[in-house]
Amino acid sequence: MNYRVVGTGLMLASVGMGACRSKQVPVAAVTTAPSTVVATDDGAARRAREQFVRDSIAKAQADALRVSSDGESANLRSLLEAAVRFEYDASDVTAEGRAALDAKLPILRTNTALRIRISGHTDSRGSDEYNLALGLRRASSARKYLSDRGIDVGRIDVVSFGEERPAASGEDEGSWAQNRRAEFEILSGAESLRVPPR
Amino acid sequence: MSTSLRCCMPRLLRRLACLALLTGATTARAQDGVRLGLLYGDGGKRPGIHVLPVAGVTGDSVRAIIMRDLDFGDRVTVMPRNTALPAPRTPGVLDYAAAARLGINGVVEVTLVPAGAALVLYDVGAKQVLQRRTVSLPGTPNSAAWRMALHGASDQFEEWMSGTRGIAATRVAYVAGGRIWVVDSDGANAAPLTAASVRAISPSFHPDGQSIVYAALEPAGSAIYVSDLRGAVRRVVAPRGLNISPTFTPDGSGIAYAHGEDFGTELYLVNAGGGVPRRISIGRGSDNTSPSFSPDGRRIAFTSGRAGRPDVYIADDDGTNADLLAALSSSSQAYRSSPDWSPDGRAVVFQSQVGGTFQSMVITLRDRAVKQLTTEGANEDPAWAPDSRHVVVASTRSGVRQLWVVDTETGRARQLTTAGGTRLAAWSSRLIR
Repeated sequence: MNYRVVGTGLMLASVGMGACRSKQVPVAAVTTAPSTVVATDDGAARRAREQFVRDSIAKAQADALRVSSDGESANLRSLLEAAVRFEYDASDVTAEGRAALDAKLPILRTNTALRIRISGHTDSRGSDEYNLALGLRRASSARKYLSDRGIDVGRIDVVSFGEERPAASGEDEGSWAQNRRAEFEILSGAESLRVPPR
Repeated sequence: MSTSLRCCMPRLLRRLACLALLTGATTARAQDGVRLGLLYGDGGKRPGIHVLPVAGVTGDSVRAIIMRDLDFGDRVTVMPRNTALPAPRTPGVLDYAAAARLGINGVVEVTLVPAGAALVLYDVGAKQVLQRRTVSLPGTPNSAAWRMALHGASDQFEEWMSGTRGIAATRVAYVAGGRIWVVDSDGANAAPLTAASVRAISPSFHPDGQSIVYAALEPAGSAIYVSDLRGAVRRVVAPRGLNISPTFTPDGSGIAYAHGEDFGTELYLVNAGGGVPRRISIGRGSDNTSPSFSPDGRRIAFTSGRAGRPDVYIADDDGTNADLLAALSSSSQAYRSSPDWSPDGRAVVFQSQVGGTFQSMVITLRDRAVKQLTTEGANEDPAWAPDSRHVVVASTRSGVRQLWVVDTETGRARQLTTAGGTRLAAWSSRLIR
C-alpha cells in the first residue's frame, strides 16, 4: 500500500533532501518575515496571511513525508539504533562511524519530535573509572557529529556506562572492538515515524 | 628488618602504660627511643608467636580467629596449632624456658570471662607478662560484632608485639555483580550493601569507617550516594551527566568526585551533606577521574588524560601545581591510573600497563622510586590498608578476578574474596582502637 500524497513534489524536493542545512532556507525565509511588520489592521491581516502560508507549508511538508509502514518503521528504527564503533582509547568518529551517523541524520531531520539518548561504552581494558569518562567522550563525540549537522543538541541526551555493559563478553580483539561503541536509544517521538525523502 | 625491641621502661612506667591500656587510652610509644614490643634476638627474623588453646565452647573459634589475624598481619610468625607448650598452671606463670626451647618469643593467652576476653601477652625473652587487658565481646558467639571484637583483640596483640597496631578489625568494600559489598578483613561476613536494582560502582569509606560513598549508574546519568553500613542511603549528587569515582576528604567533611557533561570530565568537591560543588581540577577539556587525597587533605592524586594517554598526577587541592607522579622512561607509553594515597602520606599505589596487562605499583614520594608489587595475572585498582603496608588488589591470578591482599614489604598475597568478578576495592580505617 501507498500513503503518498501527490502534488507536493516541489516541497518534497526543497525540504526533504535533507542532507544539507541550506536546503531548508525557503522555510526559514517565510518564518522570519513577520518580524518587520507594524501593528496595524493591515499588518494583522498580513500576519494572518503569512500564518496561513506557514501552516500550509508545514502541512504540505508533513503530508509529503508519508508515515512509514511497519516494516519501514522497523528499518528506520534499526538505522537510528545502529551502534557506532571507536578505536582503542579514542573518541574520534571513524569513517565507519560517520557512515552510521549519516544514516541517522535524515531520520532525525524528518522526525523532529524524535529524542534520543546516546550511551558511550568502552572495552574492558584500562581503569574502570577512567573508562566511564572515555564512554562519555564517545557519546559526546557522536552527539557533536549530529548537532554539527543541524540536529538540535537538546534532542540528544548523553550518558556513559564505561565498561559496565559489554556487548560482547570475550577478552579478545573481536570482543573489545564490539564493546568500544556508542549506542543509540529512542526516548520519544517514534510513535509514527515518517520516511525521509530520497 | 622491622625487628622490634623490648620495652626498656622502668617497671613503674610500664605499669602506668599497662594501666593506660586498661582504661582504653591509646598506647604511648616511641618516646625517647623507648619502644613497646617483645624482647627477642633478631637476625632479621620475625618473632615467633604461640597462641595458647582457649578454653570454652567457642574457644577453638577464638583461637583460630586470632591465629589467622596475626598470620595475616605479616609482622610475626605464628607457631603451629599443635606446638607443645604447656599452658600456665597458675595465671601469669608460664614455662618460659620451655617456650624459649621451642623458638617462641611471645605467647598469647586469651581467657573467656563474663566481661568478655582477658588478653595476656607473655614476653619469653623478658620472662614476664608484657601486657594484659580485658576487652568486651558484644553479640552472640560467631556473630559479626563478636568476630570484629576479636579482630580488635588481635590488633591489640600485634601492637603490643611490634609497636604497630594490626588491621584485622577493618572492612573492605568492593564491587561485584553491579552491587557494593562489604567484607571483614579476614574474608568473613561478605554481604551486599546496595540493592540489586542499582548499578553501583567505586565504593570509598568515610574516615570513621561507618559509611560508604559510591556512584550509581542510572539510565539518565550517574549519581553519588552515601550509605551507612545498615543500608540507609542519601543522595549527595543528582544524576546529571557523569558523576563518578567519589572519595571522602580525610576529615570526612567533603566528597571529591569526577563530573562530566560533554567533552571533559573534571574533579569537583562537594560538602558531604550536599550543596553546590566546586571544581578542583584544571583539566582544560581532558578527562580527570579517581581522586585520592593526601592525609593532610592538601594534595590530590588522580588519573588524567591531559597529555593524551591516561596517567597519574598529583596537584594541589585547587588543581594547581599538577605534576606527573612518575616520570616515564624514555620508551614507555604506559597507561597508568587509579592512584590511592597511603594513610601515612609516604607513598601512592596505582596500576600501570606492563606488557599488555595491568599491574599494581607503589611509588615512594620521598625519592619517587617505583616498585612493581604484582606479576601474576592482572592486578588492578590497588587500595591501601590503614597500616600503609598492605594493599588490596583485584587480581586474576587464580583464573577468576578476586580480591587479594598483598604485603608491600614481602610480596606475600592472600585471597580475600571467594565469589567471582570482584573489583574496585576500598579499605576502611581501623574500626576498633
